[in-house]
Amino acid sequence: MSELLKITGLCVGAEDKEILHGVDLGINAGETHVIMGPNGAGKSTLGSAVMGSPEYTVTGGSIVFDGADITGETPDKRARRGIFLSFQNPVEIPGITLSSFLRSAYEQVTGERIKLFAFKKMLSEAMEVLNMDPAYADRGLNVGFSGGEKKKAEILQLLVLRPKLAILDETDSGLDVDAVKTVSAGIKAYKEQTGGSLLIITHNTKILEALTVDRTHIIADGRIVAEGGPELIDEVTSGGFDKYVSGSAL
Amino acid sequence: MKEKTQVADIDRAFYDFRYEENEDNFLDSGITPEIIREISAEKGDPDWMTAFRLHSLEVFEHLKMPEWGPDISGLDMDNIVAYIRPQKRMQSDWNAVPDDIKETFEKLGIPQAERESLAGVGAQYDSELVYHNVRKEVAESGVVYTDLESAMHDERYAELIRSHFMKLVPPTDHKFAALHGAVWSGGSFVYVPAGVRLEIPLQSYFRLNARGAGQFEHTLIIVEEGAYLHFIEGCSAPKYYEAGLHAGCVELYVGKNATLRYSTIENWSKNMYNLNTKRAVVAEGGKVEWVSGSFGSHVSYLYPMSVLNGRGARAEFTGITFAGEGQDLDTGAKIVHNAPDTSSYMNTRSISKSGGKSTFRSSVVVNENAEGSRSSVSCESLMLDSISRSDTIPAMVIKTDKADVGHEARIGRISDEAVFYLMSRGLDENSAKALIVSGFAENVSKELPLEYAAEMNNLINIEMKGSIG
Ligand SMILES: Nc1ncnc2c1ncn2[C@@H]1O[C@H](COP(=O)(O)OP(=O)(O)OP(=O)(O)O)[C@@H](O)[C@H]1O
Ligand SMILES: [Mg+2]
Repeated sequence: MSELLKITGLCVGAEDKEILHGVDLGINAGETHVIMGPNGAGKSTLGSAVMGSPEYTVTGGSIVFDGADITGETPDKRARRGIFLSFQNPVEIPGITLSSFLRSAYEQVTGERIKLFAFKKMLSEAMEVLNMDPAYADRGLNVGFSGGEKKKAEILQLLVLRPKLAILDETDSGLDVDAVKTVSAGIKAYKEQTGGSLLIITHNTKILEALTVDRTHIIADGRIVAEGGPELIDEVTSGGFDKYVSGSAL
Repeated sequence: MKEKTQVADIDRAFYDFRYEENEDNFLDSGITPEIIREISAEKGDPDWMTAFRLHSLEVFEHLKMPEWGPDISGLDMDNIVAYIRPQKRMQSDWNAVPDDIKETFEKLGIPQAERESLAGVGAQYDSELVYHNVRKEVAESGVVYTDLESAMHDERYAELIRSHFMKLVPPTDHKFAALHGAVWSGGSFVYVPAGVRLEIPLQSYFRLNARGAGQFEHTLIIVEEGAYLHFIEGCSAPKYYEAGLHAGCVELYVGKNATLRYSTIENWSKNMYNLNTKRAVVAEGGKVEWVSGSFGSHVSYLYPMSVLNGRGARAEFTGITFAGEGQDLDTGAKIVHNAPDTSSYMNTRSISKSGGKSTFRSSVVVNENAEGSRSSVSCESLMLDSISRSDTIPAMVIKTDKADVGHEARIGRISDEAVFYLMSRGLDENSAKALIVSGFAENVSKELPLEYAAEMNNLINIEMKGSIG
């Protein structure tokens, strides 16, 4: 199996403060990985750094995607290579409809023009998978969407953009029971349709039920402190992070 | 005519004018009465117009320069005549037109012949055919739509023009209104008879007919009782004049229960001083709707004013201003509530980028007799970087406590988070910013006629890519 993402010794800081202190992580094509860890451990920072957020500065190490070193690349280039980040807090952009935004994103990411009709069809199919009211396509991007609706809109983008790697940052948080099911069905559909890889950041196991997890990483204090198979998830959910925070992290 | 009563008190300013005693303010502009007579004779003005021009010149020489707004010291006031007679210098060739202007023409997809015409270097673009066809269709509905100069010579309209021309904006209004009165040239005259509702918008064709027109053009529109008109003026293509002064004037007379919608996009080339005056007077139950986009120019002073003179008269102003590098755009709107139950609504967006400055100035006056009136002002500004500036200067004079007046202003910067979000979906930085700006402007662009909205988005994209100006 080929290695899709290879993070080596990654150190990341923001505002003169180092947040990640040398993270190593590799994901093969088609694999599903889970990241867990206490609040403030650096999970979102890792996801954002892989996407290329200008909020963070990489102070050491490298990120290689699909064989290319992307450590210094802008987010749009990474997106075109096939990286996608579902935001923990999606941003509201007034005046641009979800549909027209997603169409131009589709054209940017694939490098192909798509006819309006074909796009609308694709969009409404994806919305159906997510039980989304079609009217949302013509609303301002994330504007006035509830927390849960924003998360669904992120997965909608995932289904339309079909990246090679999707990083999902707490896509399940703030969702009601039914919405978790819908979103996880959406993630499953992505997986089936594209065979892409997943890096799922979560505090929850519900969202993972429909998926086969290949590997689990525990982050605490900006370091990967434990790794293992899916069994590690259960261990953490029953035992918590105490063991990692006070133990191996120091 | 009905309108006469409406304008009577405004007209008085014309006679109330007193020369400033202070001789320091006296300006030797280089325009002489002889030059004005010469211009007037070339145009074949009727006598009253020649007198009007000469009077305006006198007023001009004695009025002070505005000192409360953006810096216009770059205007060569000692040699103002050079701005008035640029035609002599406009025989220059296409090669002399700045590259940024040429590039914009190209990006907006304007044909070569029209480009040359817009740049003022080509032969007059032959738009007569289009113009006549429109005129024919419109004429069948009883509407008069012609250029102001020929209307003045047509005995059917001569009196109408004489009784309305610069009565709403008298030459005494300010220095550049006076200059306009003295040297105005070109422009449109529209008359919509009572009860006629013109469903197709009328477009002024100075896009096709730029040479000579456009710098001091005068627009006079009269919409009679119960009539409806949508008038569209200007275009998104940058208008280039070697001599960078624009002092146009727009006067709109909206009759009882009539509606006039007036849309413009102004995109003067970036050497221009745009000192434009626009004003509407609205009778009982009538409505004026302004849609205004200000893009180009080096400096702009632009505050369309609505005088609500009849019970229940309404004004709506929707505006957008985009100030880029080297631009200081001072725009806004003024409303005077002069009758009971009148209402006004102002909604504006301003954008500044690359050190540009945009100031939103609003003025709402509610007079004693305007009980039961309502006014709401909402303006939002977006600064695209830390070197750009945005200001809001609201002024309100409320002389009755039986009025409902609201003001809301928001000034913000483009959020890095939003840019990152869009970039993470494959949009490059400029496209991401352009999308955010278009979204910010959407409230206004949706009010524009479709092709204008598309052109405006184009303009935003061009401005954002920073390839010009
Ligand atoms: N832009 C920033 N500037 C300064 N500090 C930051 C910035 N972003 C994150 N941090 C800090 O870095 C640490 C890691 O934050 P991060 O958001 O990555 O945590 P997380 O693991 O995603 O937590 P949660 O489970 O609460 O989402 C926190 O202490 C946070 O306050
Ligand atoms: Mg987080």
